[in-house]
Amino acid sequence: MTSATLTKPPAAPAKRQGRIPTPRSLRSRRVLAWIAEHIVLVALGILFAAPIVFVFLTSLMSSEQTLTASIWPQPFQWDNYVKVFTTVPLLQWFGNSALYAILATVFMLVSSVPAAYALAKIKFRGSGALFTVIIIAMLLPPQVTAIPIYVMWSQLNLTGTLWPLILPNLLGDAFSIFLLRQFFLTIPSEYADAARIDGNGEFGVLWRVVLPMAKPGIAATAIFMFFNSWNDYYGPLLYTSENPAAWPVAYGLASFRGVHGTDWGLTMAMTMLVTIPVVLIFFFAQRVFVEGITLTGVKG
Amino acid sequence: MTSTAIREGRAARVRPSRARTKRKLVTLALLTPALLGLVIFFVYPLIASVYYSFTRFDLVSSPQWIGLRNYQYLFTQDPNVWQATLNTLWFVVIWVPVKVAFALLIAGLLARAKRASGFWRTLFYLPALVPPVASVVAFVFLFNPGTGPVNQVLKFFGIQGPLWFNDPAWSKPSLVLLGVWVMGDIMIIFLAALLDVSKEQYEAASLDGANGLQKVRYVTMPSIAPVLLFSVVTGVIAAIQYFTEAAVASGVASGKAVIGEGISNNLGYPDGSLLTYTQWLYVRGFGTYQLGYASALAVLLFVVAAVILILLLRRFKAFTPEGAQ
Repeated sequence: MTSATLTKPPAAPAKRQGRIPTPRSLRSRRVLAWIAEHIVLVALGILFAAPIVFVFLTSLMSSEQTLTASIWPQPFQWDNYVKVFTTVPLLQWFGNSALYAILATVFMLVSSVPAAYALAKIKFRGSGALFTVIIIAMLLPPQVTAIPIYVMWSQLNLTGTLWPLILPNLLGDAFSIFLLRQFFLTIPSEYADAARIDGNGEFGVLWRVVLPMAKPGIAATAIFMFFNSWNDYYGPLLYTSENPAAWPVAYGLASFRGVHGTDWGLTMAMTMLVTIPVVLIFFFAQRVFVEGITLTGVKG
Repeated sequence: MTSTAIREGRAARVRPSRARTKRKLVTLALLTPALLGLVIFFVYPLIASVYYSFTRFDLVSSPQWIGLRNYQYLFTQDPNVWQATLNTLWFVVIWVPVKVAFALLIAGLLARAKRASGFWRTLFYLPALVPPVASVVAFVFLFNPGTGPVNQVLKFFGIQGPLWFNDPAWSKPSLVLLGVWVMGDIMIIFLAALLDVSKEQYEAASLDGANGLQKVRYVTMPSIAPVLLFSVVTGVIAAIQYFTEAAVASGVASGKAVIGEGISNNLGYPDGSLLTYTQWLYVRGFGTYQLGYASALAVLLFVVAAVILILLLRRFKAFTPEGAQ
């Protein structure tokens, strides 16, 4: 530490002056780099924002106007957002999505938090092997196991409903267990050990020590699960495609355009409506959410 | 006195083992739901898939053993499996690197932006939040050849835009553009890794006379290499199961999706260019209910995924907390 603080201040300016003769040209070069970087940033920013802006503007257009070259809605047809609820059973689809996402998330937490705790904070034989199996289950394409699972649910007469997508979460979700375990590992084991010495059993340690400290991690995992269920297309296609009454809203959106020809105004209104709940949740929980994404990547 | 000592000694010997048994039981109780889940929804279906792949099975009658005939058909006769495989490979080879490269580029820009960094991060991350179906529907509209805003803008600059999702040559590149738009998750991971690189290392490199490019090559890249590798491998895993975006794009762009018919109606539109391997598996399994044959396709997918996973797990151990110990 001392050597760094001692040598840095004199050495750095000397070096820079040695390489670039005058401070002025250095400054102008930096300004140029700053300008270039910001031009790229602003240009990319406009490109990234444009789709959302166009979708929003189109969602306010009449179906005739969407087929013209104009960009600005004339007039603003706010009732697209009402009309879309009467053209398709949108309320029911939103209800299905909410049921799917909320139950899947709650079930996942009940089953996956204890397992993740055991993997992170209890030493037992086979924990390494079990964790490896969970990672494989998490990363393997779901299509590999889809057929026998479908056969099971059809024998239980539950195809045509969303239950085959909700109920398995009662028996743990590999990605959630993985993520929760990574969060639990960041809690120092001393807290758990101290609680054990105080006479707590493992359930007590989990409930009184680990859960309160892991709230952000649990929240992030829950949000991931909620989003994944809300956004799911493959699952509802597999189990509910022949029963529109059971469709979640994301699946309904995919068939919306085909049914109603070319009404892009209504389609874009529905696109907005499917997206808004996700964006709202994100803004309320931005900090834990971003932390969660980082942990999926950095820790593995 | 001796007896009490013995008794205490015995108690001391008994108590820990009883406590150990109890702890084992509690651990087992904590893990039971997950263990059951792994057996019922992972291990059993994996084995059953292999068994079904040697049978003829249509869900109505019970599976009938036909030996290797499904595999024989898969490798020699299936009219679509080759095209589906090539399309999927295209996504592995193009979609993954382009997406990762853009995420890295933008993360690099954001790591340097000091003013309003929160605003920029949110802006570039936001598209990743849009549900995949919604983002595909939006892109098919934005890129529609007739009056879509993208071709309008291109026309303004005097460029005749392509047919995008309606042209077999442009449909996959259009999905790459969509992939770049929703690269936010990878970008956040890269950004965290870039901000983690220690300033001392950059300063040390400067003192050694390294220029900007050399600093990227010798300081930045080695520090973010694990994250980069991780995102490439998970990207490849995502690409080999590429399904939703392609299926929805085909359905919406063809304008023929009909309630209840799933995706089989306009498979791979335009001209099979978006028919991916997993869609073909889906259609054989749940469109025509050739579950035995679809299982053979699933087993092949498993083999390919397993090879990639083994490569991943080797590296993975190196940067998990236990691996470091």
